[in-house]
Amino acid sequence: MSKSIIGTLSQKKNQILTLWMRNQLSDGGLRDDLMNNEDLRQQSAELLDCLFDTVTDDTLTAPDAPSLAPLIDQLTHVSMSRARQGFTPRETGTYIFSLKDALLEIFRHERKEDSEQLLGEILLISKFIDSLGIVTFETFIQGREEVIMRQTDEMTEISTPVVQIWDGILAMPLIGTLDSSRALVVMENLLQEIVRTGSGIAILDISGVPTVDSMVAQHLIKTVNATRLMGAECIISGIRPEIAQTIVHLGIDLSQVVTKSTLASALKHAFASMRIEVSKANSRSF
Amino acid sequence: MTNPAMIDVEASETLAVRQESDVIQLTSYIRQQVVLMGMSTLNQTKLSTASSELARNMLIHGGGGTVQVEQISMKSKKGIRLIFTDNGPGIADIEQAMQSGYSTGSGMGLGLPGARQLADEFQLTSAVEEGTTVTILKWAND
Repeated sequence: MSKSIIGTLSQKKNQILTLWMRNQLSDGGLRDDLMNNEDLRQQSAELLDCLFDTVTDDTLTAPDAPSLAPLIDQLTHVSMSRARQGFTPRETGTYIFSLKDALLEIFRHERKEDSEQLLGEILLISKFIDSLGIVTFETFIQGREEVIMRQTDEMTEISTPVVQIWDGILAMPLIGTLDSSRALVVMENLLQEIVRTGSGIAILDISGVPTVDSMVAQHLIKTVNATRLMGAECIISGIRPEIAQTIVHLGIDLSQVVTKSTLASALKHAFASMRIEVSKANSRSF
Repeated sequence: MTNPAMIDVEASETLAVRQESDVIQLTSYIRQQVVLMGMSTLNQTKLSTASSELARNMLIHGGGGTVQVEQISMKSKKGIRLIFTDNGPGIADIEQAMQSGYSTGSGMGLGLPGARQLADEFQLTSAVEEGTTVTILKWAND
């Protein structure tokens, strides 16, 4: 009568940890610059404890079992934190797969006498560790995606600045593609700044917007209408020749909006409507 | 419409459009392809505007879909062919949908007719309850 797989392994926990650590430390891809060996040992020990606390021979074949949730959570945590620390997916994968080598090595000693049973059990363990490996990949990517999402949010924030270029004149240079969520941020920021500064004219510069499709145009028109409602005038500048032709082909009607080709000509228009005259200083007056 | 048999497909890539950020990714991918082809800035802008219109349509009305981006050539001409496919509700009245200003949603109703204007060739097939396929073609310098 042979003992259960997990029962056999959990008796050898310390040996497994030693082997696992040896495997990890001997691996060429060890990142001791990102995590020191003591932390790595502790992380590995915690994961191993959790593994033997939750896994039984039955759940070995069912990695989705609810009783394994704590293990998956722990693994998710490890993988996520590694993603944030800057480990590559290969390094995180190797971390889990080197555990397999340790477990199999123990088993080879334990089941020396019955090779048939050994083979079956090795397959079981192998499959189980593989599924854990897949979990780390999934969460690793998830961790990275969160980083990307955060950066996207930050970029939306910084890429919609409103600057006061003259007393009563605001300018908002837009750079990059406008999607619905960004268009809303643009409108909100602009309207708030109009109130805060008491400006009468706002210039929306779209030199840095690569395409103006009907949705972007619709957002621009809405922004212009909203500024009008607040008693301010909104000029759209930075309309490049190819954008102008595309807008015409699309059949978008921007005739109700004051548009200029450059920010400079928009500023000139703003000066004119505010009856401001800018002239070169007379050198004799200095 | 150019006879499809006369067109050689040199490379093809399929991209999925499931959310708004995919539309941006699609247009920048198309831009990369056509810059290498030497397409003029005007045609680049027309093509990416048309593709963002169609991709957005697919997202709003068809619940997302896929876009096949093909680099094509015919004799010495080079170009891009885009095939937008969704499995959405389809378009019941194509003639009406192609009219400028007609929209079932909150848009301006310029997407389909605009894309036809901006592309060199445009083809739309749709079956109710089955989905819609729009194919557009733009030569690099025509």
